[in-house]
Amino acid sequence: MKTVEEIRAAIEAAVPGAGVGIVSNPGPSGQHSLRLNPSHAAAVAKFLRDDAELALDFLSNVTGVDWPDKEIAEKVKVSKAVDGVEQTVEETRKRVEPGCLEVVYHLFSVARKHGPVILRMRTVNRTDQVELPSLTSIWRSAEFQEREVFDLYGVVFTGHPDLRRLLMWDEFTDHPMRRDYVEPDDFEYEPTAHDAVAARAAAHQEPREGKVAGQ
Amino acid sequence: MTIPAHAPEQLKNWNRPRIIEPGGDGDLLEVAMGPHHPSTHGVFRMDVALDGERVIRLKPVFGYLHRNHEKIAESVSYLASMPYTDRLDYICSLTNNWAYALAVEKLTSQEVPERAEYLRVILGELTRIQNHASSIGFLIQEMGASGTPLMYAFREREKILDLFEALTGSRMMCNYMRFGGCRVDASAAWLDAARKVVAGLPGFVDEFDQLLSSNEILMARTQGVGILRPELAVNAGVTGPMLRASGINYDIRKVDSYGIYNRFPFRVPLGDHWDVYDRFMIRMLEMRESIKIVEQALKDIPAGPVMDPKAKIRGFRPKAGEAYGRIEAPKGELGFYLISDGGPNPYRYRVRPPSLINLTVLEDMCLGSDIADVVLIFGSVDIVLGEVDR
Repeated sequence: MKTVEEIRAAIEAAVPGAGVGIVSNPGPSGQHSLRLNPSHAAAVAKFLRDDAELALDFLSNVTGVDWPDKEIAEKVKVSKAVDGVEQTVEETRKRVEPGCLEVVYHLFSVARKHGPVILRMRTVNRTDQVELPSLTSIWRSAEFQEREVFDLYGVVFTGHPDLRRLLMWDEFTDHPMRRDYVEPDDFEYEPTAHDAVAARAAAHQEPREGKVAGQ
Repeated sequence: MTIPAHAPEQLKNWNRPRIIEPGGDGDLLEVAMGPHHPSTHGVFRMDVALDGERVIRLKPVFGYLHRNHEKIAESVSYLASMPYTDRLDYICSLTNNWAYALAVEKLTSQEVPERAEYLRVILGELTRIQNHASSIGFLIQEMGASGTPLMYAFREREKILDLFEALTGSRMMCNYMRFGGCRVDASAAWLDAARKVVAGLPGFVDEFDQLLSSNEILMARTQGVGILRPELAVNAGVTGPMLRASGINYDIRKVDSYGIYNRFPFRVPLGDHWDVYDRFMIRMLEMRESIKIVEQALKDIPAGPVMDPKAKIRGFRPKAGEAYGRIEAPKGELGFYLISDGGPNPYRYRVRPPSLINLTVLEDMCLGSDIADVVLIFGSVDIVLGEVDR
């Protein structure tokens, strides 16, 4: 089995300008991963599947990960005039590091019996640019799992044949696995005819001149 | 092996979107099979479009049992989600425990004592035997053989569950494995009882085999039904007995040889007709191999501790990093993917559910077959809804 550096070199040779980076894993498991550039992801995935030596024909696992915006407080030394005298003062400045959504793919090879090779892709942000290319056309096993990531995290997979919610119901609007998700107070609230009747009754009961409401 | 004439489309374009044109000029009948259909093993719905009795389209609908297990696990400590893994695939709680423990042990490079590894193999293989027996029983039950084969399977399963109860305190929600070993040690009396139960199992499998495998009705209903091409099986991430019934030699016990599986000689049965009957037969043969493994493990089990004394239990905070651990669960590849940020809870906790991913090919297998066969094809996948919906 090749190391991640060797796999990256093989990808760069086969797909020029793929822009693959290595994400090292600080933990003891030693499972390092490759970060793909979403614009070349489909070509890279096709190469990984069809290359005779790697033969990563089996996509085992697709995981969504949410990285929220991070507020980082930094202490900066600034020189400024205090009471007319130039001094260096320490100031805390807050910087917001924009978050993103990440999708992790675990690949194995059934033909050569090796793995895992881990691919990661990140969206631009967490709000409006959440598109990533779907790898379902290369590995069918991504079909339901990408639907699940779309459902629970809100990553929109372009090119997915049937991108619908998988576990939550279709009318649901939020993405419950995001770290800043807040549960609604009442899942079962829906406007009923009773509400219209109650509103009409309230209008009828509006205080009129010389009368106290409700009497 | 001849491929049946009514199912050519899915075999030619095995990786393309699946469309079958209706043959006649009548209207399609749309049927919502489930969520309360008795053959769906829980609450699962298939939206089926029928042309006469032929299946034109089949869309599975999930989520009736969804409780966001992953979110709950991310809000509690690592150990606290161990009992919750029992509730994923509630037929095989011990293998769920094992997969989770294995992933955390990878995350922290934790050693497991010898005796605990043997106990894990014994319990894991007993779990596999009772899962395969009851899954065959359910399949036959859905075919219309009301009761008898299922009760044969349950009689044997009950003996194994009694063993689980004696050791772990619970028949199904065992909560037995820990990071770095097992919760309690097995007594000599328990091992003797296990040997006695295992000694009776080959006789049960012989009886079960004689009762079913050459049954004319079973063969007529299952042979040539629900064919799954090996190329599609691999591409769609199908694992476990279903993948091996499609003729692909891929058993994670052999490939990864996690734990101590390289010490046990066992064979991997493979199918060559890729149909429902093969899936049934693979489970039957895997039971025999599992019995051999348990027999050897019960003979070789050494004395010693069942928990690594250096394992940290209180204040358990793995270093930042990530790990993916997987085992060959009775239903397929059960994996856990954990990302730690150094805190007491996992930052990301993901279950790779074999039951859900094996259903990716359900539509491909069912297209063009009769509606009556959908029940059989679905039964041969062997799913548990607790794991599909999580």
